[in-house]
Amino acid sequence: MQKTVNQRAWFLVLPVLILVAFSSVIPMMTVVNYSFQDSFGENIFFWVGLEWYKELLQSERLWDAFGRQLLFSFIILMIEIPLGILVALSMPKKGFSASICLVLMSLPLLIPYNVVGTIWQVFGRADIGLLGRLLSDLGISYNYSQNAFDAWVTVIVMDVWHWTSLVALLAYAGLRSIPRAYYQAAMIDQASRWSVFRFIELPKMRGVLMIAILLRFMDSFMIYTEPFVLTGGGPGNATTFLSIDLVKMALGQFDLGPAAAFSLMYFLVILLISYVFYTVMITVDKDEAKP
Amino acid sequence: MSLRLQSVSKISNGETHIYPTNLELQKGTMNVLLGPTSSGKTSLMRLMAGLDRPDTGKIFWDGADVTKKRVQDRDIAMVYQQFVNYPSMTVYDNIASPLKIQKKSSSEIDAKVKEMAELLQLTSVIDRKPNEISGGQQQRCAMARALAKDVGLVLMDEPLANLDYKLREELRFEIPRLFEASGSIFVYATTEPEEALLLGGNTATLWNGQVTQYGPAMDVYRDPLDETTARVYSDPPMNFVSVRKDGAGVHFPDGQLTRLNEDLASLSDGEYRAGFRAHHLEMSDNQSGSIEFEAELVVTELTGSDTYIHVDVMDERWIGLMPGLQTFEVGQALKICLDPQNFFYFDKDRKLVASPNRKPEESGI
Repeated sequence: MQKTVNQRAWFLVLPVLILVAFSSVIPMMTVVNYSFQDSFGENIFFWVGLEWYKELLQSERLWDAFGRQLLFSFIILMIEIPLGILVALSMPKKGFSASICLVLMSLPLLIPYNVVGTIWQVFGRADIGLLGRLLSDLGISYNYSQNAFDAWVTVIVMDVWHWTSLVALLAYAGLRSIPRAYYQAAMIDQASRWSVFRFIELPKMRGVLMIAILLRFMDSFMIYTEPFVLTGGGPGNATTFLSIDLVKMALGQFDLGPAAAFSLMYFLVILLISYVFYTVMITVDKDEAKP
Repeated sequence: MSLRLQSVSKISNGETHIYPTNLELQKGTMNVLLGPTSSGKTSLMRLMAGLDRPDTGKIFWDGADVTKKRVQDRDIAMVYQQFVNYPSMTVYDNIASPLKIQKKSSSEIDAKVKEMAELLQLTSVIDRKPNEISGGQQQRCAMARALAKDVGLVLMDEPLANLDYKLREELRFEIPRLFEASGSIFVYATTEPEEALLLGGNTATLWNGQVTQYGPAMDVYRDPLDETTARVYSDPPMNFVSVRKDGAGVHFPDGQLTRLNEDLASLSDGEYRAGFRAHHLEMSDNQSGSIEFEAELVVTELTGSDTYIHVDVMDERWIGLMPGLQTFEVGQALKICLDPQNFFYFDKDRKLVASPNRKPEESGI
């Protein structure tokens, strides 16, 4: 068969090439470039090779932030996923009340991140905040800006408040897609409420739950704005998560080289974990029933 | 064992789903609920199952009133149009699940599951999960689960509707066999007259929430006691034409007259609706005594082995079934023939007064 050569086709993909180049390839390569050099004022750069990477991998500061980050994401998933399912299970199934619930549930998701941080910052203050004042009136010592534990609790509660709705809405969608016949069949089988959950609802929600876990993991692993507004990473370094540390390094200290190396490693870690997670998800999906 | 519905009705949101219905189903019988979509088949089954409470009337099981008994406390099994199995369990565990709830011993469960798997040809896929087997196997698995329970009442709500033609045929032949092995009361809902005839047993025809007739399948098919039943128990629906009978014979709207044989001579004079089934409409006059009509072709449907023709005749729309592939042009004028021997006669109240195998006096009218 005769192949027609048509070079004009290139013009059709040109817009997307330019867009992708400017939006991701060029910025990314700039970061890669920075990560191999040491910078001084007046745009003087020295080639340092893998020096920043070596230094960072040995730095306690990075590993501490990494550990905090992992712990945070773990706690978030452990709370938000079961809680979201529980909320979804107890939401009304149809009618006006269901619509009301859905709207209320999506409200926290619509609030900008920094506003969420500000809300909780005020909410938790011992002098004027509703929560802080209430707790101190009850005789519980609580101060998120001084006590590391209190700061953690506040950050976690804030994230749970902000994002559990997402899990609940996804789980709710999964639950609504289960045909009524399944529930009737279980009723006829005299199955217990727990069996209905374990053998019908949970397997049928698998798909959406996997997405919820993946989304919540990635988002919590990259958390920045809310704890930054609330605690600024403090007290001390108690709530300095990876991205807060990164910003401190890049903008606070203006160490462009290490910060660039840091962000590349950060990016790779998220990519790696998400990839592993996705692969596991797909293989498990093949073994088990599809949603 | 028997299930008796005593003037049971169901109304929801001001809409009557089931009009007061009396029905008695005996042990070891196959009962087919036949009716078009939304005629109340599922509603009636839900009442029998106890998934819904009737608004009036009572339900008796073995003479005991079970109207208020919860579905969990009744011993029933149900198979749905969708293939309902526990998605994360293997076929084995699926079949075993109701037995485990009944707290049977593990050896007993094992024996029963293997027996059911054998009966429904699931042995080769017994360790697979529902999404790893075909649709037909999934539905067989659901049936095995229902039958393994060994209960007095097995309800099947259009179990074959979601299967493709071949699988449907295959399972259709298996169901009477399964039914015979179980000895329970089977209730089977379907929209297809053909299925009702194949399954045999008793047929209850439903129309708009009412049971129009209940009896042995062949009897209902041969002598549908009213026009509605005749429509429901024919696929395509029965064709009708208004006729007038007098001493000379039967007059058709186009002025034709046909003499009646002595069987029908005793039919009293007056207006009737004459009905006949699609396969009795013929193109060529090969029998003496046939009447010929001028018809206009409206639609042809080819099924492969047969051809359905829709024709307009004397202000009526008739559907005929022709053997083989026939090609016609829409709007074409046709000559069609009917043998009056095949006519059912219904009176003004739409009740059957005579049918091909029933003389007027036998019908008691």
